[in-house]
This record gives sequence, C-alpha cells and structure tokens, in this order.
Amino acid sequence: MTTALLEVEDLRVAYGKIEAVKGISFTVAEGSVTTLIGTNGAGKTTTLRTLSGLLRPVGGSIRFDGRTLGSVPAHRIVSLGLAHSPEGRHIFPRMTIEENLLLGAFLRKDQPGITEDIERAYTLFPILGERRKQAAGTLSGGEQQMLAMGRALMSRPKLLMLDEPSMGLSPLMMQKIMATIVELKAAGTTVLLVEQNAQAALSLSDQGYVMQTGRIVLSGTGAALLRDESVRRSYLGED
Amino acid sequence: MHTLPQQLANGLFLGATYGLIAIGYTMVYGIVQLINFAHGEIFMTGGFGALTVYLALPHGTSLWLALPLMLIGGAITAVLIALGAERFAYRPLRTAPRLAPLIAAIGLSLGLQQAVHNLYPKATSPRAFPQMQAGPWNVGSIHIQSGDLFTIVAAPICMIILAVFVQKSRTGRAMQATAQDPDTAQLMGIDTNRIIAAAFAIGALFAAVAAVCYGLRYGEVDYSMGFQAGLKAFTAAVLGGIGNIYGAMLGGLVLGLAEAMATAYISDIPGMHQLGGGSWASVWAFVLLILVLLLRPQGLLGERVADRA
Repeated sequence: MTTALLEVEDLRVAYGKIEAVKGISFTVAEGSVTTLIGTNGAGKTTTLRTLSGLLRPVGGSIRFDGRTLGSVPAHRIVSLGLAHSPEGRHIFPRMTIEENLLLGAFLRKDQPGITEDIERAYTLFPILGERRKQAAGTLSGGEQQMLAMGRALMSRPKLLMLDEPSMGLSPLMMQKIMATIVELKAAGTTVLLVEQNAQAALSLSDQGYVMQTGRIVLSGTGAALLRDESVRRSYLGED
Repeated sequence: MHTLPQQLANGLFLGATYGLIAIGYTMVYGIVQLINFAHGEIFMTGGFGALTVYLALPHGTSLWLALPLMLIGGAITAVLIALGAERFAYRPLRTAPRLAPLIAAIGLSLGLQQAVHNLYPKATSPRAFPQMQAGPWNVGSIHIQSGDLFTIVAAPICMIILAVFVQKSRTGRAMQATAQDPDTAQLMGIDTNRIIAAAFAIGALFAAVAAVCYGLRYGEVDYSMGFQAGLKAFTAAVLGGIGNIYGAMLGGLVLGLAEAMATAYISDIPGMHQLGGGSWASVWAFVLLILVLLLRPQGLLGERVADRA
C-alpha cells in the first residue's frame, strides 16, 4: 500500500449559497497520476482551486503531506510543495517565457538550482527554449500550456495539479502534453489531473474519480473506469 | 516674459509634479483596477507632513538642511495614511462591486480634507510653506525659481528609481505579475495583499515628493490643494495610459506643457482673445484629454485591453 500524499475528506465548497462541491472524499497516492473527470460544472476546477487556497472550503478537511490545509493562504501553499497549473493556462502574457518560468520559482533562493530547472524545462519543451525572450502572450495555445506546466514545475512540487491541460489543443499537441505527464510521473512527480478528455486522461492514470454535480459518483483504477459501462456512455461518447 | 523656452520650462516643471502624483493613480489602478480618488488628499497630507517637520525644527534652520527631513516627514505621513486607507477602507471592499470602493475613495477624499481643515492648526486658510533663499537663476532666456530647481532634480531621480525597482527587484516583478493576473500570482507564492499595499505606499511616497515640489513652487500648502492637483494628475495618468508608469510621467509632462502653451498662446489666435490666460488652462487640459481619448482610447502608452487574455 502506497502512502497518500493528499487526502481530501468530505470537502464542501460554496459560492455564496450555492454549493459547487458537496462533500467529496478522495486520495492521491504518492508517485501516482490521479484524475478527476466529469462534465462542465461538475466541480473539478472548484476542487483544485480550493486545494491551492484560492477558494475557502465551507466544510471537510484537506491533508497534504502531513499538514492540514484549508485555511492556509494561497501564496503559502506552493511552498508546501503543491503547484497548480490553472484552467485556461493563465501565463503572464506581457512577460517573456523566461520571466514566467522565473516567477514559478518565486519563493526559491537557490540560484544554481533555479538555473538548472529552467534548463530542464527547456529540455522538456524545446520550443520554449528557442523562444525564451518572447512575450508569453504571443505563444500558441499549446505552447502556453507547456509554459504553464513548466512554470508549475519550477517550484519543484511534490504534487502537480493540472487543470484541463488539453483544453483547446490540437490532437498532436494533446499527445505531447499527455506524454509529458507520463514522463513527469516516471521522474517521480505526483500528478493530480483534471480533464474533460476522459479517454486520454484515464489511460495514463493509476486512479480515477468521476465527478457529477459536485459529488464523486464513481472511482477506480484508470483501466477499470475505462471499461466501466456508465463511464463509456457518459464520458467517452459511446452508446 | 512669455518667451517660448520659458513657457516650455514652466510646462515641464508643472508637468513633472503632475507626473509624480499620477504614478500613484496608475500603480494602484494597474494592480487593483481602483481609481483612488483620495490620492489627491494623500498628496495634500504629504505637504502638511513636510510643513509640520519644518515647523518643529529650530527657528532659522537652513532649508537645505531641513528639506531632506521635510521629505521624510511628508513621505511618512502620506504613506501611513495611504496604507491605512488600503487596509481599512479598500481591502474589505476588494470583492465588492466596483462602485463601493469608488464611493469609499470619494468619502475618504472629503474626510481627509475636512480633517486637515478642522484639526491642523490654522489650516482653515492656506499655510505658508518655507522658501529656499536662493536663485532665481537665468539659463539663457529661462528664469528658474529655486522650487522649480528642486522639481527638475527630484522628478527624474524618482522616475529612474521606480523604473529600476519595477523592472529589476523581486517585489517589482511580483507587482507586474499581480497586475497581470492576481490569482495566478498567488499560485506562484506571491502575497498579493502585501504587493497591493506596496503599490499604495509607493504612490504615496511619490505624492509626498510632489507635495514638496508644489509647496516650494507656490509658497503655500492648503487643505484643498489635492482636489485640483489630483484631478490633473488623474487626467495625466489617463492621458498617458492608465496602468503604465511611464505613461503617467509622459502624460504629466504633456499635460503640463499643454497648459503652459495654452495659457501663453491661445489668446494670440484671432477670435480667441478671451480664451487664453491661466483661468482657461484647465479647460484646455481637458480638451486635450478628450482629443487624445477620441483618437487613442487606451492613452498614449496604454495597452489595449484585448492583451489581457
């Protein structure tokens, strides 16, 4: 049995009076890729934003790497080892690629390590290295996604949360992003993935959870969920 | 003398002061999209802070000696008031509809004016500001007053320090990140509350320098001096492209020059004899603002909003 890096229990999050996440529990094992799938409005993004401190839960508990989160401010979370690449990429458009990556290492002081990690990001995504002085806002969607992932990795996270990394990308670019997730896992990074592309996400996941209107309705290994009748009908477009 | 070089110099002195105040509007707007209408009063309190230090010094202290202390006193006053306003008036309203902090700003503006008017000794009428016992100097056909000399030294120094700070320092980069995307800035580990407070503090610091420029130039400070100056500086910030610090300085200079030119030369245009002179200066300043905004709504150096993808 592997240890859980992240344990979420009965988490509830609300926007005003409307509950978007209605008591979900799940775990992310150390070294695994775990995926939350579900349709728009299922509460996946809300869940990630709560884990990274941008939203405050109204109930439940979050334990990460032996600490209780939930009331830790967002700007302290990254230093605990939890990095979040948000939905819609949210790179800093008027800064260069390199400046974006440097911001990912904002709290680090080890200059040699930072330089090393920037080079590592350029090895992972060579296109970023070729354009390091280019304003990030001028990159294509796929390049921006690579930058968002690279930036999140700059904090050397224990857990990397990726929200919809394949959104709006060409099939080729999507393959590249998914292959990178596999690479990261092999290198020892734990990944929590949120995806609408269930097929691609589940096939590389150790564990998956299906969310529906704020609740987890199904869970299992990636392979098991891919075989599940209801998942195939609802999320893989099969009748 | 209404020589052209003299008018250009007058415009630059005036414009540099507008530009220094405009920095505060533009930095705060760039980061929290709030027009801090109390910024003119923060400028005013900077002037009174500097005056207070001067009055506390032994009688007859040389102004060369007093000036640095006055700047520090003015800056501390303005910065503390700005930080207090941010912490207790604006921060609680950060997630409220935009109109709420705007109304708070207007209330704060009136409140600060009345507080100084009622509480500061003899501030019900303008209070004399110390004058440098030096100059005026003649450079070619330009006549430079000692107060203006202070402005032309202080304004560029302030601007260079700010530019280097924003571009090179860690806090400066965190400010840019917060301006571009505050939520994502937090995900990077940036304490955005601290960054927002820093933007207010820097704006107040520059406003205090501007207030000393103003006091030396006009020989007095007044509880209501922030209204006109604040409005002009806000105009300068919009003219230059609100959110852009270089735009604020450029906007200030353009506005100052336009006012000086209009004051001196509009009345020479046939049929516009009665539209020149100092009393029409503000009218022409706002005409210029309207023209620039018609042709370039984002201001001279502003970025189009579409960039904020």
